[in-house]
Amino acid sequence: MSEPLATLGSLRAALDSGAVSSADLVEACVTRARASQESLHAFAGLRAEGARADAQAADARRARGELRSPLDGLPVAIKDNMVQAGELTTCASRILEGFVSPYTATAVARLEQAGAIAIGRTNMDEFAMGSSTEHSVYGPARNPWDRERTPGGSSGGSAAAVAAGVVPGALGSDTGGSIRQPASLSGVVGLKPTYGRVSRWGLVAFASSLDQVGVLAHTAADCAWLLEAIAGHDSRDSTSLPEPVPRYSEALGGDVSGLVLGLPREYFVEEGGDPEVLSAVREAVSELERAGAKVREVSLPHTRYAVATYYLIATAEASSNLARYDGVRYGHRAAGVRNLADMYQRTRSEGFGNEVKRRIILGTYVLSAGYYDAYYRKAQQVRTLLRRDFEEAFRDCDAIATPTSPETAFRIASKTDDPLTMYLSDIYTVSANLAGIPGVSIPCGFAKGLPVGLQLLGRALDEATLLRIADAFQRRTDHHRQRPPEAP
Amino acid sequence: MPRIARADVERVASLARLSVSDEEADRLAAELDSLLEYVETLRQVDTDGIEPTSHVIPMATPMRHDRSVPGLDPELALANAPERHGSAFVVPKVIEGEDEG
Amino acid sequence: MSEARPDTEVVIGLEVHTHLRTESKLFSPAPVTYGESPNHSVDLICLALPGVLPVLNERAVEFAIRAALATHCKVHARSVFARKNYFYPDLPKGYQISQYEEPIATGGWIEIEVEDGAGGSATRRIGLTRIHMEEDAGKSIHDSEVTGRDSTYVDLNRSGVPLLEIVSEPDLRSAAEAGAYLRALRSILRYIDVSDADMEKGHFRCDANVSLRPRGQTRLGTRTELKNLNSFRFVEEALEAEILRQAAILDEGGTIQQATLAYDADSRRIRVLRLKENADDYRYFPDPDLVPLVLPEDQIERVRSQLPELADRRSERFRSQYGLSAYDAHLLTASRPLADFFEVAASAHGQPKPVANWLLRDVLQALREQDREIEDAAITPQALAALIRLVEAGRTTAASARQLIPELVERGGDPEAMVRERGLEAVSDAGVLEQAVDEVLNAHAEHCERYRAGEKKVLNFLMGQVMRSTGGKANAAVVRELLTRKLDE
Repeated sequence: MSEPLATLGSLRAALDSGAVSSADLVEACVTRARASQESLHAFAGLRAEGARADAQAADARRARGELRSPLDGLPVAIKDNMVQAGELTTCASRILEGFVSPYTATAVARLEQAGAIAIGRTNMDEFAMGSSTEHSVYGPARNPWDRERTPGGSSGGSAAAVAAGVVPGALGSDTGGSIRQPASLSGVVGLKPTYGRVSRWGLVAFASSLDQVGVLAHTAADCAWLLEAIAGHDSRDSTSLPEPVPRYSEALGGDVSGLVLGLPREYFVEEGGDPEVLSAVREAVSELERAGAKVREVSLPHTRYAVATYYLIATAEASSNLARYDGVRYGHRAAGVRNLADMYQRTRSEGFGNEVKRRIILGTYVLSAGYYDAYYRKAQQVRTLLRRDFEEAFRDCDAIATPTSPETAFRIASKTDDPLTMYLSDIYTVSANLAGIPGVSIPCGFAKGLPVGLQLLGRALDEATLLRIADAFQRRTDHHRQRPPEAP
Repeated sequence: MPRIARADVERVASLARLSVSDEEADRLAAELDSLLEYVETLRQVDTDGIEPTSHVIPMATPMRHDRSVPGLDPELALANAPERHGSAFVVPKVIEGEDEG
Repeated sequence: MSEARPDTEVVIGLEVHTHLRTESKLFSPAPVTYGESPNHSVDLICLALPGVLPVLNERAVEFAIRAALATHCKVHARSVFARKNYFYPDLPKGYQISQYEEPIATGGWIEIEVEDGAGGSATRRIGLTRIHMEEDAGKSIHDSEVTGRDSTYVDLNRSGVPLLEIVSEPDLRSAAEAGAYLRALRSILRYIDVSDADMEKGHFRCDANVSLRPRGQTRLGTRTELKNLNSFRFVEEALEAEILRQAAILDEGGTIQQATLAYDADSRRIRVLRLKENADDYRYFPDPDLVPLVLPEDQIERVRSQLPELADRRSERFRSQYGLSAYDAHLLTASRPLADFFEVAASAHGQPKPVANWLLRDVLQALREQDREIEDAAITPQALAALIRLVEAGRTTAASARQLIPELVERGGDPEAMVRERGLEAVSDAGVLEQAVDEVLNAHAEHCERYRAGEKKVLNFLMGQVMRSTGGKANAAVVRELLTRKLDE
C-alpha cells in the first residue's frame, strides 16, 4: 500500500515531467505482468517486443513535441476478444487456437492512433460467456483481493490487471455486465457505453445486439480519456451511432448538486443478496446526497424478467454468431476426421468449452422451428417493455443508482455446477444491455474486505453525466485508492 | 413433465453441429429444463401489441457506395487455413446425401 | 408435349436467383468478379473472420427496387434482413443473410405469350409472390478428378455476391410456359440493367416446384423441387420429364413423395438428390448486425421515374407508332439495344418497315453467325439506313447489299463507299441489260412459251437467270421491265 495509485492521469504527469519514459513504463508493466501471471492469470498473452517498439516511438514523438493525445505513450491491456493485426486472438477458446488476425478492431486501432500502448491481451470467459473468467482455456483468472476468488467476468482479466496495478487501464467488453460486474468485484471503475457508441468492428461477436466495447481503470477521469479515444461512428459497423463524441473529460471536475438519482425499488430488495453489499451501496448514495444530489425512488417494473429476456436473446444470437467456427478457414480443426460432418462435429465439440456449448444449444433451441415465437420473439417484446421502463424512469431522474452485483467476489468453482445461479448474478447489469443505455460501476466500499461496486445507469448517449457523478464521488471518497494485498 | 428431453438436446445439438454423449445430453437436458422453466416466467408478461425490439436506437439505414476495394492477397486470406490447396480451402468430402441448405 | 391426362392439371412455380450487376458485394466492398482464381476476390468479411460486420450496398438496393417496380410489385418501405442458419463449407458465416418475413417486395406479375392450342397465341399473367435480396454462397468443388477422392475445395469468390430471389406464384401450367416466363423475366432484368441474367455463366439460376392435381381442385398436390437447372432448354426438358414421372406414379395409384431432384441432361432422367422428410430448420431471425431497411417514398418514386420503357410497353408502341406486326414488334423489343438501334435507324431512313425487315432478317442472321450482340456490332443505325436507301434508289441490288451486311456488322464502314469500291453498283444501263435479257430469252425459249401461255410466275425464273448472268448487279426493276416488254411483244 506504499505506492500512490498509478492512474493514467498520474502516469501522464510523470511522463510530462520527464520523471519516466514510455519505455520505462512499458518495461515495468511487462515485469509486473509476468510476476503476477502465476498468481492472477490475468493475461492470455503479452506483446513485450511490440510494446517496447511502440514505447520507443512514443518517446520519440514526445521528444519532438508531437504527442497524439493525452494517452500517448501510456500502457494499456486489451481483452482477448478484440482482434489485433499480427496478434493471436483466441477469445480464451480452443477453437481459435493459433488464429492470428490480419486486421485490428476499430476500438484498438483508435487507441493505437492515440498513442496508447497495448502490452498484452487479457484473460476472459470463453467468447465472453460467463461471469467469473473461469471458463477459459488459460485457466481461471484470480481476484487480486483474494486469490481464491474470481475477479468476476467475462472481462475478469482486464479487471484483475488493473486492480493489481499491472496496467493503469484496459479495454473490456460488456454484453450482460461483463465489464461492470468484474469492475465491481475487483474494485475498479468499469464503464459500458451506450449501444452503438463504440464500434464493434473487430470485437468478436457474442450477442450482436447487446455487445459493447468499454473501458476499465481506477478513476472516472481515466475512463473519460479512454472513452473519448475509442468512441465514435465507424462506417464498417452498421449499428454504430452517427452522433458526434463529446469531450468526456469536460464532465470531470463537475458537481452533482441538483442532480436527481433514481433508486429503483426492484433493485433494493433485502432478499436480493449480501446485506453488507446493499448497505455499502446505500452509504455511497448517501455520500452523493451529501454532495448535493437528490434521491428519488423510481420503479423499473419489468426488472424480474430481465435475466430471462437476456438469456433468450443472448444465447440465440450467440448460437448464430458462433456458427462460423467450423474448422474450415481458421482455428482448430479436429484431426483424423472421416468426412465433413465428422469434421464439423468433432471440431466444434473439441473446440468449445461446456459453458459455450450449453449456450449454443439453448440458443439453437430458442430459435428452432416451433419455438421462435414463444421464446425469441417474446423476449424481444419484453425487451421493448424494459426499454420503456427506463424511458419512464428517466423522466424523474438524471441517473439511476443500484448495486452492480448482489454479492462480492465468490470462490472459484463455487458456481460452475449450477448455471442458473451464475446467470442470476447478472441481475442488476443485464437491463442496461437490453435497453442499450450506458452504465458504470465504481468502487464504493468493502464488505468483509472485498470490493463493492455502485452502478450508475444513464440515458442513452449520456455517458457524460455518469462520468461527472462518478468523478465527483471519487473526489470525496478513497475506496478506489485502496490497494489489494501484494502477491505472495 | 420436463420440457426438454434427451432427444430434444440431441436434435438441437445436431443442428448446431455439436456432438454430445448420452451423459452430457442428460445433463444438458436437465440444465436447459431449469433454464426454460425460468424463462417461462415471460409468459406472464402481457405483450399484446408490443413491437419486438429490432434495434435499440432508431436510425436511418446505413449503406455504402458501390465501390469495390481489391480483394485480400490470397496468401493472407489463407494464412490461417487448416488445410489448403493452392488458393483454395480444403475440407473433407461431403457424404452423398449430406444436408446442404 | 406433356402426357399428363387431360383431366390433370400441372402446377409449376419457379424460384429464380439472379446476380445483380454491382461492382462490389452485397455486404462488403470486395469486388464481384467472374472466372478469378479461387479466393482472389475475398476480403475479411467474405472470409467471415471473427469480429467482421456487414454493411449494405446501396446500388444493390436500387437494383432491387428497379426489379420490383418493373414487375409491378409493391415495394415495401420497410424490409428486414434475416439470417438463414445452416452449415456448409461454402457458407463461411454458417448463415446466409437473406430476407424472410419482411422482404423488399411482394405481389407483382409478368406477362407471357403462350400458344393457345388453336395455332395462335394468348397472353397470360403470371403472379410473383415476392422478391427479396440475399447474398450468394461460395463454390464447393467436388470433382474428384480435381480434388482427389477425399476432399472438397472451397472458393469464396462468389460468397457475398448480391442476389435477387424472385419467386413466382404456382401459376405456370406447362413446361413451355415456364420457359416463356424465364425468358420474359430475363428480358426484363436485362432491360433495366440490373443483371446480365446469363444462365450459362451462372448469373441466373432456376429451381422449379412441380405438382399435379385433378383439374378443378384448388388444393395443391404434393410437390417436388427440381434444382440446378442451368439452361432454358434443360428447365423445359426437366419439367417435362418430371411431369411424366409424376403422372406415371399417380396413374398407378401411387403417391408423390416430397423430394429434391436433379435432371441429368445426358440420360434425360430425373434423379433424386434428397428425400425431404423434414423441412429444414433454418432458424430465421432478424440479423442483429443490420438495422431494418427503410426506403423513403421519394427514393422509390425516383427509381420509378428513371425506369426505362419496358419491353411490353415498347412493343405495343412499336405496333401503333410504326405499324409493325405484333410478331416483329415483339422480336425487335426483345432486347433494349436492338430496339434502340431500330428506332434510330428507322428515324434515319424514314420508313420503319423496310428497316425492320432488314434488321430482323439480315442483320440478326449476321449477328447469330458471328455470335455477337447488337450492342457489340460495328454497324451503325445510320449505315443500315443508308444501305437500304441505296437499294431503294437502285444504286445497288438487294443481293449485293446483303453481301455487305456481315462485314458491316463485324467491322463497320460506309455502305456507299463499299458499293463503289467493290464494284457492286447495280447495272441500270438499259443497253447493257438489254443484251443480257436477250441472251437469257434466247437460251430459254421454252420458258418464254410458258410465260406467253399464261404462266406468269416463270418471269421470276427468267429474272433470276438475268441476275445470275450479271453477277447479281442488274437493277431488278429495269430487268423486270425489259423482260416483260420483250415477252409481251
